[in-house]
Amino acid sequence: MNHIEKQLQAAPQSRLYVTVIATIIAALFAWSLTAVNFSDIQQGGLAIAKNILYGLTHPNTDLLFNLSKQSVLYLLVETIAIAFLGTIVGAILAVPLAFLAASNIVPGPVAWVTRLLLIIIRTIPALVYGLLFIRVTGLGAFAGVLTVGLTSIGMLAKLYVDAIEELDTRVLESMTSVGCTTFEKIRFGIVPQLLSSFMSVVIYRFDMNMREASILGLVGAGGIGAPLIFAMRSYKWDEVGSILIGLVVLILIIEFVSNKLRAKLVRG
Amino acid sequence: MYDKIFTPKAITLPNGKVVLQRRSRMPLIILILAVCTALSVRFTGFSLHTLVTRMDEFFTIIGQMIPPNWAYLPRIWGPLLDTIKMSLLGSMIGALLALPAAVAAASNIIQSKLVVVVSKTLLSLLRTLPTLVTALIATYVFGLGPMAGTIAIMLFTISYVGKLLYEQIENVDIGAFEAMESVGMTRIQAFRFAIFPQILPGYISTSLYCFEGNVRYAAILGFVGAGGIGLVINEGLGWRDYPAVGMIILVLIVTVYLIERVSEHFRKKLI
Repeated sequence: MNHIEKQLQAAPQSRLYVTVIATIIAALFAWSLTAVNFSDIQQGGLAIAKNILYGLTHPNTDLLFNLSKQSVLYLLVETIAIAFLGTIVGAILAVPLAFLAASNIVPGPVAWVTRLLLIIIRTIPALVYGLLFIRVTGLGAFAGVLTVGLTSIGMLAKLYVDAIEELDTRVLESMTSVGCTTFEKIRFGIVPQLLSSFMSVVIYRFDMNMREASILGLVGAGGIGAPLIFAMRSYKWDEVGSILIGLVVLILIIEFVSNKLRAKLVRG
Repeated sequence: MYDKIFTPKAITLPNGKVVLQRRSRMPLIILILAVCTALSVRFTGFSLHTLVTRMDEFFTIIGQMIPPNWAYLPRIWGPLLDTIKMSLLGSMIGALLALPAAVAAASNIIQSKLVVVVSKTLLSLLRTLPTLVTALIATYVFGLGPMAGTIAIMLFTISYVGKLLYEQIENVDIGAFEAMESVGMTRIQAFRFAIFPQILPGYISTSLYCFEGNVRYAAILGFVGAGGIGLVINEGLGWRDYPAVGMIILVLIVTVYLIERVSEHFRKKLI
C-alpha cells in the first residue's frame, strides 16, 4: 500500500451521515412540494408577464420625471425620508438596548431577558407593526417611520452587541490607572472604539430599510408601495414599469453609496 | 477639499518639529445628518406631539394580544405549514439554481467578459427588488396562493446565494483547477473535483442562512395574497381580533427560533 492509498483510507468515512441527511432533505423537498399546485396558475398569467415586460420597456416617463406629489420622484424622496428617519430613530433606541443585552456589561439574566425581547421584536413582521402604527398615527409616512424604526432596533441592537462584547477593556484599565474620570473613560475609551462599527452597522441597516420602506406602502404606511399596488390592481403597466425602474435605480444607488461609505469606515 | 477650507492645526512638538493635525470631520457629518433629519421630518409629517399623546394606543393593542387566544391555535397550523413549505421549496430550488448562476458570474471560470457582466447585473437587479414586490408580481402571473410565494422566495434565494457564491468562487485557489485541466479533464470535471469541494461548506452554510431569513419573509407574503401565515395575520388585524394575532405571532416566534437553532447547529458544524 503506497502513501497515496493510505491517505485515501485515512479520509473520514461519513457515507452513512451523508445518506441520512440526503434522505431527510429529499423527504422535506417532497413534503414541501405539496404546497404548490399548478392548477393555481391562471391562463392569463403569460399575458400578464408579457404586459409587465412591456411596461418595463415602455415606462410612463411623464410619471417618472414630473415634480408633482404623485410623481415617482416625489414618492422616492418620501421613501428615502421614511427610511432615513426610521434608521435614525432605530439607531438611537437600539443603543441602550444593546448595552442591556451585552453580557460583559450587565448581569447574565438582564442580558438574557433583553435578548429575548430583541428576538421578539425582530421576528414580528414589519407589516404587522405598520398596521398597528396606522391605528396610532393614521395613514401616511409617519406610521412608516415608526415601523422602520422599531424593526431596525432588533437587528441594530444585535450587531451593536457584537461590537460591545469585543470592546478592548485594557484601554479602560489603563485609563483608570492614570486617573481618568468615568466621563473621560466613556468619551475617550469607549466611544472611539464603538463609533465606527456602529456607524457601519447603521449605514448597512439604512440600505435594508430602503427596501423595507418601499413595501410599507402596501399597508398604507407611506412611500412608493401604495402607488405600485394601485397601478397593478388597475393594470396600468406603464406606471408599474416606471415605479419599478425608479425603485430599482434608487436602491442600486443607495447600495453603491453605502458600500463605499462602509469600506471607508472599515479602513478608517 | 475639506482640509483647504479648515486648515489643519499646527502643533509644535518640544523638539521643534511641527506636525499638522487634520480638523475633525465630525461637525460636517453632524450638520449633514441634521439637515437630512430636518428634511425627513418635513417629508414624513413626523410629530413628537402625536407620538407622545397617541403612543399608548400602540401598547393597548399589544396588551390585547396578551394573553393570546389559545383556541385559535388549530386554525394556524395549516397556514404555518404552508409558510414553512413555501420557504423550504423556494430555498431548495433557489439554492440549486444559484449554483449555475454563480458559475456564470464568476470571472475566473468563464472567460467571456460579456457573460460575466450580464450575469452579475441580472443577479444584482434581482436582489434589488424587495421580496414582497416580487411576490406581488408573481401573484399576477401565477395566481393567488403558495405558488406565487414560492417563486418570489426562489428568485430572492437565487440572487442572494448566487452573489455570495460567485464571490467565493472568485476567491478560491485556482491552481488545482488549472492543474486538472492541464492533465486533460474537461472544464466541468475540473470544476467538480477542484473547485466544488472548496466552495461546498460555504455554499451550504449560505443556503441555510438564506433559508432562515426566508422563513421570516414568507411570513409576510400572505399580505399580497401569496399564501402562508401572512394571510391569517392580515385577516386577524383586519377584524381587530388581537388575541388571535397574538397567538399567531407567538407561534411564528417559536417556529422561527426553532428553525434558527437547527440551522445554526448545522452551520457551526460546517465551518
